[in-house]
Amino acid sequence: MSLIELEKIFQDKIDKEIRIEPKDWMPEKYRQTLIRQISQHAHSEIVGMLPEGNWITRAPTLRRKVTLIAKVQDEAGHGLYLYSSAETLGISRDEMVSQLNSGKAKYSSIFNYPTTSWADMGAIGWLVDGAAIMNQVPLCRNSYGPYARAMVRVCKEESFHQRQGFEILLVLSRGSEAQRKMCQNAINRWWWPSVMMFGPGDDASPHTAQSMKWKIKRFTNDELRQKFIDICAEQVKLLGMTLPDPDLKWNAAKGHYDFGAIDWTEFWNVVAGNGPCNKERLEARNKAHDDGAWVREAAVAYARKQKDKLSQTKVA
Amino acid sequence: MITEKEQLVSFVLHLADDSLVLGHRNSEWTGHGPILEQDIAISNIALDLIGQARNFYQYAAALKADGATEDTLAYLRDAMDYKNALIAELNKGDWAVTTLRQFFFSTSKFYLYQQLQNNSDTTLAAIAEKSLKEVTYHLRWSAEWVIRLGDGTDESNARVKTALEYLWPYTGELITPASYEQAQPGIDFAALKKNWTNHVLQVLEQALLTPPVNDWMQSGGKQGIHTEHLGYLLAEMQYLQRSYPGCEW
Repeated sequence: MSLIELEKIFQDKIDKEIRIEPKDWMPEKYRQTLIRQISQHAHSEIVGMLPEGNWITRAPTLRRKVTLIAKVQDEAGHGLYLYSSAETLGISRDEMVSQLNSGKAKYSSIFNYPTTSWADMGAIGWLVDGAAIMNQVPLCRNSYGPYARAMVRVCKEESFHQRQGFEILLVLSRGSEAQRKMCQNAINRWWWPSVMMFGPGDDASPHTAQSMKWKIKRFTNDELRQKFIDICAEQVKLLGMTLPDPDLKWNAAKGHYDFGAIDWTEFWNVVAGNGPCNKERLEARNKAHDDGAWVREAAVAYARKQKDKLSQTKVA
Repeated sequence: MITEKEQLVSFVLHLADDSLVLGHRNSEWTGHGPILEQDIAISNIALDLIGQARNFYQYAAALKADGATEDTLAYLRDAMDYKNALIAELNKGDWAVTTLRQFFFSTSKFYLYQQLQNNSDTTLAAIAEKSLKEVTYHLRWSAEWVIRLGDGTDESNARVKTALEYLWPYTGELITPASYEQAQPGIDFAALKKNWTNHVLQVLEQALLTPPVNDWMQSGGKQGIHTEHLGYLLAEMQYLQRSYPGCEW
């Protein structure tokens, strides 16, 4: 079959909403785009463990401590199944991890911001997980089977995390003066980075058209961003807090909120490595990997010895 | 004269503190484990231990009936009132210290909860029964790691040997009952010690390890006399409750 025919069959399947599976033919660029997107997503889960992990030892009650550990552990689980689904496209987990650790691969820039108070555990759940869900729910219907199935599970857990986060903020918002201040301060710091999580505006997002045609993407960055802002602008009222955007205003004609200009200079700066925690996050990942090398080697050596013993017994 | 109830409260708090302090230490690995699967495993053990601690604290609070809650007991007591064994509070160290410590600890809990699940105190028996399921897994997981490290590479063998030298003096406390433990009916501490020793020696042998010759044992944790490590652990853990007293979280 010619390449043109193969491409036609492939696109027909996508148009008919038939999932592409690992053994199906696919254009090389589709494979590469997915590897990049899934591995970036997996890396984001893994690096995302760090800012929240930062508060595990300081969680204010036993119940909060348990839910925070469980949440961070869920992220490790998400990383695991995302790495596995990327592996079906012909890249190994070792290779992906080394791309992350060398700084070659990207992860969500949001995790390059510091968690400076307990309220950040709430703000991350509400805003960061909220934005992530907005991005991820459509991915449950993306055209690549293993990725879509992984995302179904990820989304279930994420929406649970988001509710937990909002509840942390709700308790703070009804608490003491100091707690309310903590709450507002966290919202102020996490709002704009969360709004930027949807990526550059549609006019500056060159890959969107192709990704939409392949149904790796279902909505544009700006569509999702608007939806996120509309929801948060309402939810923040329940907290009796404000979003740090003086231009945020309901526009009845559009049926959406208007919002202020996004500082893309900051976004690109953080992407380029100049965020407040880029170095710390990468160092922490590298340290865990390097410190764990002897443990992984021991496990391999022990398994080999056991296997040798077994085959010797069989020979004897 | 210490009443029976006071002895029971001390015993329950000791069990709670043991689990919380080690659970807290293990949770320091979350996000920093040697490989993703083991990051998840050690976080799971942390979750189990803190869950067990909550059950014990809630029971202790109910027994005290003076307005105490699981959180006042965990967050508003000082080091001198904590009754955990010293081994639980030592810094997390490397993977050899973490897994070997877990092994010593879980072995003692395994044999204790096995007895305790039949205790006449039905609350304790129920917590022990539930915890035993979790501890059985912790024990298997940690024993496998000790063996794997001992019989893995030269480096892992050297590291687990160093960990053994370091941890061994803290194991005595795990099998030597404090007065409030001895006061509890229906627990055979001599049997616990025998079972612990047999199982530990058997696993160490499989891991190509021998216990240190020096058999001097540290003690004090169960009576509130701790190492320097616990103060830092509590300062970190209790910081929000201490800085903003009387708040809901």
